Amino acid sequence: MKSLRWRKFVDLFWTGASGAGVVLALVPLLSLLWLVVSQGVANLSFSFFTNLPAPVGEPGGGVGNGIVGTLLLVAIASAIALPVGIGAGVFLAEKGDGRAGDVIRFVTEVLSGVPSIVVGIVAYGLVVERMKRFSALAGGLALALLMVPTLARSTEEFVRLVPGALREASLALGVPKWKTSLRVVLRTAAAGIITAVLLAVARAAGETAPLLFTSLNNQYWNLQPDQPTASLTVQIFNYAISPYEDWHHKAWTAALVLLLLVGLLNMLARILSRNRMEGAR
Amino acid sequence: MTPAQEAATRIEAGGSEPAGAQAHLAPPRPAVGGPPPHVGAGAAEQEQPKLQVRCLKAWYGQTLALKGVDLLVPPRSVMAAIGPSGCGKSTFLRCLNRMHELIPGARAEGTLLLDGEDLLGRQVDPVVLRRRVGMVFQRPNPFPTMSVRDNVAAGLKLNGIKGNHQEIVERTLRQAALWDEVKDRLDESALGLSGGQQQRLCIARALAVQPEVLLMDEPASALDPIATAKVEDLIHELKEHYTIVIVTHNMQQAARVSDRTAFFYMGELVEVGATEKIFTNPDKPQTNDYVTGKFG
Repeated sequence: MKSLRWRKFVDLFWTGASGAGVVLALVPLLSLLWLVVSQGVANLSFSFFTNLPAPVGEPGGGVGNGIVGTLLLVAIASAIALPVGIGAGVFLAEKGDGRAGDVIRFVTEVLSGVPSIVVGIVAYGLVVERMKRFSALAGGLALALLMVPTLARSTEEFVRLVPGALREASLALGVPKWKTSLRVVLRTAAAGIITAVLLAVARAAGETAPLLFTSLNNQYWNLQPDQPTASLTVQIFNYAISPYEDWHHKAWTAALVLLLLVGLLNMLARILSRNRMEGAR
Repeated sequence: MTPAQEAATRIEAGGSEPAGAQAHLAPPRPAVGGPPPHVGAGAAEQEQPKLQVRCLKAWYGQTLALKGVDLLVPPRSVMAAIGPSGCGKSTFLRCLNRMHELIPGARAEGTLLLDGEDLLGRQVDPVVLRRRVGMVFQRPNPFPTMSVRDNVAAGLKLNGIKGNHQEIVERTLRQAALWDEVKDRLDESALGLSGGQQQRLCIARALAVQPEVLLMDEPASALDPIATAKVEDLIHELKEHYTIVIVTHNMQQAARVSDRTAFFYMGELVEVGATEKIFTNPDKPQTNDYVTGKFG
């Protein structure tokens, strides 16, 4: 038996070591946040959220069309990815024990490992080449392809968490199986799935690479899905690689706006999942 | 008379009944609350059994869990199924509303007649059958995302049955002896109720789709004695309108609530008869050993 003093020392040592690990992990995150906020906050104004981008050297201007474009792209992506991803997840959880389930699970795994730029190329080949035009539709499809695997996976997990007793209760009432899956099981898992959806949306909103040659960019407002569309991320990219000091500042501010948007979504997901915990108690 | 009914009558008339089935051909003991007016003494024999089970076998994969069960359940009575764990009594119960076959690899064979209609036939939709044969489970399982009111109406809503749900909710909650306790919190979450209340809520939920038969799988085993007593009182009241089959581990409970008792052992129906007889003077030594606590 080691002495009490030795054991206290070991305890202290490892407590300190894990504390240091936490600090080390937080340093990059906090410095990144600090950098974006400190560099971006100077240009932040109401007009930055509402105005179109201004030419070089002109004061003012904003990323209003980028915000709208990002929202449009995410909306298109969600419209495609939510039914497919959630549907696949429910299928995997309810009927996925056979061969079909294994195949689908394998495909989702592979799909989630595909680099986003490759997904962009796929969307380019599927949509842009055929329409002969860059469009929000192509960008939305690329983002959707990125969302589907994570959505399917997390939906499967949350649906599997629903106790079998609830399924039985519904089936014993004479409710058909498909209706039980949709109206009882999915409803019980809904809070968790909403969290997963918001996280997937937040991730999609932060993608740049698959948008570069699908939705491209647009100097003006656009709400038409068959037209090239601005997005916050591509706007940041363009500003950042430009040779102009003024645009570099704007890139930082746009990055801050994107950070706020994604942070907002994450926070919403947190609140929703917390409500779910309370509901379960 | 349907061919199935005819066959059933023939079997009863002939002497080819498998052993063990003779006992339940005796007229059922009159219900405690008095028999329904149109059933006089001895008339129960002519009254068609609500459920007729003939040579029912059930498998889990390769394992034979029920080795040919024959019994009759008279209408508006309580039949208790007792026996040690793994004896097949729950499997038997789950065959009656075809919940058994939902387990991967599980299947059932034999004849199962509800009012003379074959239930195991290919053309029978188990979904429709389950609306006629309701079920209450061991653990209370209200839908957590629904209010008390929506839980009771769940079967109606999910099945798209129109009508005055409010009225049905109140009626079934009263039937389940829960109305007075929950009438002021109908819109609160069902999870806020106590375990015993949740179980009675589940009974109300099962009653709301107006089944003819109610299956109960150890409905009180997760409840405290007071809640158990309430559920047992409820069973007494419900049998005026419903045919009830209850599985229980608790022999006192079987003795208290049932008119007839079936003793299962190792996948076989050892003996079935009037509850009084099973508990005081059973025909089989095995039954005697079990009810007197010598094994199991």
